[in-house]
Amino acid sequence: MDPVTTAPASLEVSGLAFAYPDGHQALFGVDFVVARGERVALLGPNGAGKTTLVLHLNGILTGGAGTVTVAGLPVGKRHMAQIRRRVGIVFQDPDDQLFMPTVREDVAFGPAAAGIRGAELEARVRAALEQVGMEDFADRPPHHLSFGQRRRVAVATVLAMEPEILVLDEPSSNLDPASRRELADILRALDVTVLMVTHDLPYALELCPRSLILSDGVIAADGPTGELLSDDALMRAHRLELPFGFDPRSVTMGA
Amino acid sequence: MGADGGTSRASAFERGGAHRLYRHAHSPVHALPPHTKLAAAFGFVVVVVSTPREAMWAFGVYAVLLGVVAYHARVPAGFLLKRLLIEVPFVAFAVLMPFVAEGERVDVLGLSLSVNGLWGAWNVLAKGTLGVAASVLLASTTELRELLLGLQRLRLPPLLVQIASFMIRYGDVITDEMRRMRIARESRGFEARGVRHWGVLAKSAGALFIRSYERGERVHLAMVSRGYSGSMPVIDEVTASRAQWSYALALPSAALVVCLLGWTL
Repeated sequence: MDPVTTAPASLEVSGLAFAYPDGHQALFGVDFVVARGERVALLGPNGAGKTTLVLHLNGILTGGAGTVTVAGLPVGKRHMAQIRRRVGIVFQDPDDQLFMPTVREDVAFGPAAAGIRGAELEARVRAALEQVGMEDFADRPPHHLSFGQRRRVAVATVLAMEPEILVLDEPSSNLDPASRRELADILRALDVTVLMVTHDLPYALELCPRSLILSDGVIAADGPTGELLSDDALMRAHRLELPFGFDPRSVTMGA
Repeated sequence: MGADGGTSRASAFERGGAHRLYRHAHSPVHALPPHTKLAAAFGFVVVVVSTPREAMWAFGVYAVLLGVVAYHARVPAGFLLKRLLIEVPFVAFAVLMPFVAEGERVDVLGLSLSVNGLWGAWNVLAKGTLGVAASVLLASTTELRELLLGLQRLRLPPLLVQIASFMIRYGDVITDEMRRMRIARESRGFEARGVRHWGVLAKSAGALFIRSYERGERVHLAMVSRGYSGSMPVIDEVTASRAQWSYALALPSAALVVCLLGWTL
């Protein structure tokens, strides 16, 4: 049905279930496929299991039922290093993500851990910083940047690994409107598959043609973002609320 | 934490240690690779400490040697002397020694002082001051980040270097968290007055510890996600040429000659 199905999907999750050691079950059989080059939003109320799902995508959490496959490669102990290179996760708090003394070293961390050295490493770092418009800040310590700049550098740290899929956890949280728009421009310009975990619904509509709703540990809906957001009953059932005065039906999408 | 974060706050509140001690300049000493400077400073201190305290002239020569280094590093004397103030508590201890030490005594300005104590005080004062001066010179010509690279290069256990580097990175983040907790306390009318309020402060400290611990876990998660497997990847290779080594080691070598003369004369 999709023209890109000839290449293996960027991400394929099937029958994924997981319970934490304390017995709390977070996921009850999650199935979905993200094709190469797609931008998909994963929506869901707090406590729906979004973070748990994200941590399964690069094998930080394992041990439940079901499988996760990244570009044809199953997530498991055998290919862990390769999986972590292919799945780039941008965590919510850039202070957690940026742990090196300078921006440059932080962006270099991932590729250097993969064994890249010297001129090639420098080229990777420069390219990644250029993609997020932060090339002038390479030698600054991360804590001297504004929050929006730190978030962009966090995206660059992951882009430097040239991932198959970029996973963003609440990318718009704590951003002022200008930084929010700048980040959106950057994400739109990227040529990678994106899975964006968020409850910022207008942002999802702006960036992602397709959305998944994760609720109570299962995928409750999967479809075009505009249609899902316009379905009042569905939205109410999963504790998803649009901001005051925002009507998805009145938004005309550029692309 | 708002979108405003950033530069203004970092300069208004505490900054990373790098900026307080480091003195930016372009000098031959600044340009030396960090591990050669570390080795030189360490060698110098060892030589100074092993000089006999009776060879008073030798310590004068050491001071002159450091003066020459400071001149080449374009570190002004005032800057150096101000940084030396950190030594004051040790000086206080040294000043006490002639009064409390045992043994033969001598009268100075009507005070009975111990000869052994005087020598001891001189020993602590001279060697301490030279050691601190050498460290201050090292710190003002080498950025903190470079120091870490140097330590790594000198094969200090990697775990220690990693701990030090995280301390630098997260020092500000944690002080900021502490500040926000203080503001939150004060906004609710709390003021620490006397022992009865120590409980509240202790609980805040505990909360800060747990927050930092949880942050540590999240940072580790982010590191593992980018392929961390126990050791830091090498990003910058620091190397030193033979000329750079000999340039850096000129200081401890000169000091060694003085020390040997001190033992033989």
